[in-house]
Amino acid sequence: MDFNQSTDDNLFDHARIVGKPHARIDGALKVTGQAPYAYERHDVAAHQLVGYPLCATIAKGRITHMDATAARAAPGVAAVVTTLDIEPLAQAKSNVARLFGGDTVAHYHQAIAVVVADTLEQARSAAALIEVRYQEEQGVFDLDAAWEQQTPDEPLSDVGDVDAAFKNAAVTLDEVYRTASQSHAMMEPHASIVDWSDGGQMTVWTSNQMIAWTRKALAKTFAIDLETIRLESPYVGGGFGGKLWLRADTVLAALGSRAAGRPVKLALPRPLVFNNATHRSGTVQRLRIAADAEGRITAFDHSAFSHTLPGGSGENPVNQTRAFYAGASRRVAHTAIEMDLPESADMRAPGEASGLAALEIAMDEMAEKLGMDPVEFRILNDTQVDPEDPNKPFSDRHYVECLQKGAADFGWEARNRTPGGQREGQWLIGQGMAGAYRGAPTMDSGARVRLQAGRLVVETDMTDIGTGSYTIIAQTAAEAMGLALEDVEVRLGNSDYPVSSGSGGQFGAASATAGVYAACLKLQEEIAQRLGMNSPRFEQGMVIAGTTEVALAEVADGEELVAEDTIHFGDFKDTLQIGTFAAHFVEVAVHAHTGETRVRRMLAVCDAGRILNPVTARSQVIGGMTMGVGAALMEGLIPDVERGFFVNHDLASYEVAVHADIPEQEVIFLDTTDAASTPLKAKGVGELGICGVAAAVANAIYNATGIRVRDYPITLDRLIDQLPKVS
Amino acid sequence: MNAPNSAEQRRDQAPQDVPRSTVTLIVNGTQHTLTLDNRTTLLDTLREHLALTGSKKGCDHGQCGACTVSVNGERINACLTLAVMHEGDEITTIEGVGTVEHLDPMQQAFVANDAFQCGYCTPGQICSANAVLQEIAANIPSHVTADLTATIEITDAEIRERMSGNLCRCGAYANILKAITQVAKERA
Repeated sequence: MDFNQSTDDNLFDHARIVGKPHARIDGALKVTGQAPYAYERHDVAAHQLVGYPLCATIAKGRITHMDATAARAAPGVAAVVTTLDIEPLAQAKSNVARLFGGDTVAHYHQAIAVVVADTLEQARSAAALIEVRYQEEQGVFDLDAAWEQQTPDEPLSDVGDVDAAFKNAAVTLDEVYRTASQSHAMMEPHASIVDWSDGGQMTVWTSNQMIAWTRKALAKTFAIDLETIRLESPYVGGGFGGKLWLRADTVLAALGSRAAGRPVKLALPRPLVFNNATHRSGTVQRLRIAADAEGRITAFDHSAFSHTLPGGSGENPVNQTRAFYAGASRRVAHTAIEMDLPESADMRAPGEASGLAALEIAMDEMAEKLGMDPVEFRILNDTQVDPEDPNKPFSDRHYVECLQKGAADFGWEARNRTPGGQREGQWLIGQGMAGAYRGAPTMDSGARVRLQAGRLVVETDMTDIGTGSYTIIAQTAAEAMGLALEDVEVRLGNSDYPVSSGSGGQFGAASATAGVYAACLKLQEEIAQRLGMNSPRFEQGMVIAGTTEVALAEVADGEELVAEDTIHFGDFKDTLQIGTFAAHFVEVAVHAHTGETRVRRMLAVCDAGRILNPVTARSQVIGGMTMGVGAALMEGLIPDVERGFFVNHDLASYEVAVHADIPEQEVIFLDTTDAASTPLKAKGVGELGICGVAAAVANAIYNATGIRVRDYPITLDRLIDQLPKVS
Repeated sequence: MNAPNSAEQRRDQAPQDVPRSTVTLIVNGTQHTLTLDNRTTLLDTLREHLALTGSKKGCDHGQCGACTVSVNGERINACLTLAVMHEGDEITTIEGVGTVEHLDPMQQAFVANDAFQCGYCTPGQICSANAVLQEIAANIPSHVTADLTATIEITDAEIRERMSGNLCRCGAYANILKAITQVAKERA
């Protein structure tokens, strides 16, 4: 199905099931512990062995010597493969550092051996017996020291006359903001079972967001035929971008399986996840804003730096600045500085979350300089067209309504207006807000539907990483075919199924449901043809044309009817800016003596097109808000700038928000639809939810204390020397 | 390359064997006598030897709570304890809490309140949640209990504090609180 123009009124505008609240159809499996995650699939392959990785303990250099004799002789060991045993593996485009093979160490905790044994205890113990000697090389590990010496890359965009705008501005801002490197820290570590016992057919049971990409990456990495690889990932214990790519768990399990002649399962031990796998790069961002005396923005100048291994792209935080607010002139640049820290790559709202963390503090600062309400300042600078290209309108943008609705519901009028001016006992109270803007891309997405005696089975390689894919796909198919939700079974995450968008970049829900709808339309055509009907309706399990009604259960005479299709999104979308928008409002209490910050309440108002299931969409948004609180207050990978690794590489020292950190969270979805997005008029919300949150918290802390912190995370040490004197 | 064909053969050929012990555990009401490598955690015993994979391994270091189970009526992190330390102990895992066909009230409340997303931390959250209500009922104080002499009330703050050893990276905390509160009210 080609989606080449904005859609008209269609069945989703009169939906019975889509857009309505439904509990997750995979819920019972998850709450009983019966949903099978990658490492625990005892049933899929007999005689599984256990792999354990050994990882490099230098950040840069080469391995001069490895001795695995003792490991090979240790109890229970079936095989050891060291990185010196094989040639460097090829690198898929998505991997910046090679995953295994050869003597070069490109980053700390890069995998250098895998030990395969009968049990985890044996494999782990044997891995510790491998002797490794290195020739260490000096690396570069300190972004904060590097960025000022760095010649910035050419601007990604330079429109209008930025320099003149700053010269003529009534009010300007020029500040530097820093975001910390962050870990996805999904609860299920990277894990795979691989059966490559005969070195021929490779079967992979893994935890991965993108089935087709990862299958291709495996083919490239091992230089084998794509057709020999089968991959399953029906349940993913969190991804957040960390499982978009092929990673070392799968590669090591594959190598271990081939060496031992048995299926091998391997999970990255948690302390290895942080430096072996990917993370979101920290950023340093210089932001300048110019405005006239009335508060109209005339220019943005946003120059950012992040780190990457050579050949990677870092964390580009400047793109939101290009289109969020009006203003005739703007220049943005991002420089990914090549450094030797572990591999930086995508994490939830890659770029957007970091950029808005800076931009939305800057907007707060500008409003204050102008003597304006931060909500009013944003409303004044709203735009309905791409400010870099006024001929390119936003397809559907209701940011102003988000701001207005949020202000009204939060009680913004009653907020503290004097920074540091509201106190309850030992707590300083403040309110802050921030805006959010995240693009709404779509990707071609396929599905197959099987009509079996009136029940429908949907197959697509789409994944459910907690996002609710199982449920919204069932809703879509039930809606399209006139079935009850219970009559639809959804099968996901399997390379035997049609290639979907996969889960990433906030494109999954909108794209995959559109693909399922396309397949259902194909099935409808086939049924109509079979019954000799012209454009029948599909309602309540019946196929209806004129006065003729046939039950779906009876259209195929006991056979199975199968249809498959892919939705292709046309380039008409390039003439539009298609995005999602939100306003976040936060209240915090900061302890006047210790600087401890407690978030007291949070509100998000979101404009994200048709919400396919308000239950799962709301969970996505509160999840983003929670991760945003982490980004604001506690999350930060701390590099050892001498030895080149992240020091806090476990879940006790890399702190994420816990129950006690999270207050009441309210989410309001504006009743909007975006006909340019998909046939369902839907857009994503999973990344929108984290965008802007950290800045809203930072602005609330400023409002509470009068202390402007521009470096995340805002831990108490950044506040304590400026807090009121203890009498 | 020429790997021995069976675990038994490899064990026989190994230069030294690993110390093993026999332990009897009562798991979800069923008695299991197992001979285990002494280094085997309770979590790996459940997941690898009894194929009870509902208890999850998120960190293996007592930092995430995904492996929370009940041992003799008290919740613990199953990754932080060795199986051989539990001779005769009664262990309840998520598989013993309820089944797909017969969900426990806490499991039902988690589904009804969408108190999870990816589902990986969920069995641990549910085992902890049931234990939290028992601990409050037993008047066991927490960090946020203001008056140690009074009867402890089930408040948002008490639940949040006591659940804070169970991480949820998907960020379902607000919904988990609702689920636990709902069950507490049903029981009251």
